Amino acid sequence: MTIAIVDYGMGNLFSIYNALDYVRASPEIIKEPAALQGFQGIVVPGVGAFGQCMERLSQFQEALSRARQDGVPILGICVGLQVLFEESEENPGARGLGWIKGKVVKLPDSVMIPQMGWNGLSIRQHVPMLDGIEEGDMFYFVHSYYGRPEDASLLVATVEHGVTVTAAVASDNVFATQFHPEKSGARGLRILENFVRSVSC
Amino acid sequence: MLARRIIPCLDCDLQVPGGRVVKGIEFQQIRYAGVPWELAGKYYQDGADEIVFLDITASHERRETMTEVIKKTSRSVFVPLAVGGGISSIEQAREVFNAGADKITLNTSAIKRPELIREIASHYGNQAVVLAIDAKRRYALEPGRRVVQTESGPCWFECSYYGGRKFTGVDALDWAERAVALGAGEILLTSMDRDGTYDGFDIPLTDAVSGMVKVPVIASGGCASPDHMLEVFQKTRASAALAASIFHFGEWNVRDVKDYLKKRGVVVRI
Repeated sequence: MTIAIVDYGMGNLFSIYNALDYVRASPEIIKEPAALQGFQGIVVPGVGAFGQCMERLSQFQEALSRARQDGVPILGICVGLQVLFEESEENPGARGLGWIKGKVVKLPDSVMIPQMGWNGLSIRQHVPMLDGIEEGDMFYFVHSYYGRPEDASLLVATVEHGVTVTAAVASDNVFATQFHPEKSGARGLRILENFVRSVSC
Repeated sequence: MLARRIIPCLDCDLQVPGGRVVKGIEFQQIRYAGVPWELAGKYYQDGADEIVFLDITASHERRETMTEVIKKTSRSVFVPLAVGGGISSIEQAREVFNAGADKITLNTSAIKRPELIREIASHYGNQAVVLAIDAKRRYALEPGRRVVQTESGPCWFECSYYGGRKFTGVDALDWAERAVALGAGEILLTSMDRDGTYDGFDIPLTDAVSGMVKVPVIASGGCASPDHMLEVFQKTRASAALAASIFHFGEWNVRDVKDYLKKRGVVVRI
């Protein structure tokens, strides 16, 4: 199963590469938008600030939109979830991909920012990407902002960190997690396996 | 709600091929514990929330050995990996990140040149920079020191560097605050008085720092039992507890420690 990891120059891709390799996918790191074509699944990682991510990801915007329309399973991780939204408080003015209506907002001042560590999921919808994952299972988060979809039916899982925080969203062939499945032990690998399975069917 | 993390620490001697994990007592006497990536793999399987590798030899020519250790580990260990010891430039940090590390820990180099924190944080994010503080109690009070009340009377805490061999005169509480302002996303707080003693964490020290900074604090030094972890989680705001010997020498398994804590009401990842 060949899965593209979009490399737009933000952050470390070794972990996600190793994790996909471990679950027997054949990941490839892709630096050119043209090279995205033909992959059966696409992972959009993301580390750093929303604006900078979008600035660098913009060259992939067309290729990603095409893949989305073609029904290619797409997995966003961390800022890779946030860029699906229209905009972010982190960098006002920067436009996201806008695939999900809504805004990325900052975590409240009353809590530890960034949220860094393991938090337990409240599962809102039992989608295939969460097969094998149970209520309360913990995943590894590192972030200061979170996406707030206008359409609450896109919320798949949330966690509590001062407020109710989006942990995962799903919209047709697009699935995204605020947490890092590649750093979340066996349960994180399970989600990656689910992704690989969605790619193969 | 965030879980309290349990973090095994691997002190690595990289002067043998492939490296080896050792453990000192009060920063001195050394005992051999195993092969770094094998131990890391075991702790991961046992439920470790994160793994810290410290290059105690911290010699430049051994850095390749550390990157090999991290490369090997990151192929099959899927929790955050933090690496420290002798990293003194953004180039060296990059080598470690490129090998698969998620965080680097800085001590000596950051004390010598605090801007290094900002440089690495601005490139890799605050979450990727852990400031390691090795703190020693000083009961001789001086003006301007941040005084903490302890069971043995009031003291201040002095930062040590060069692996505990030299002292800086820097007040640990001041330094923690300053490092966070520079971009440190986490503090690995080791009590030199407790390290290797099996007497439990330094609660006043951990309480003072974790109550002062907004970033997560990892308590370290002195842990000999799950009860010590319970104590530090009940009495301080430490986000994580780090231990070495109790895991290395088979006294406790990470999973048993977590079960123990969970039964007593601590939120941990099982």
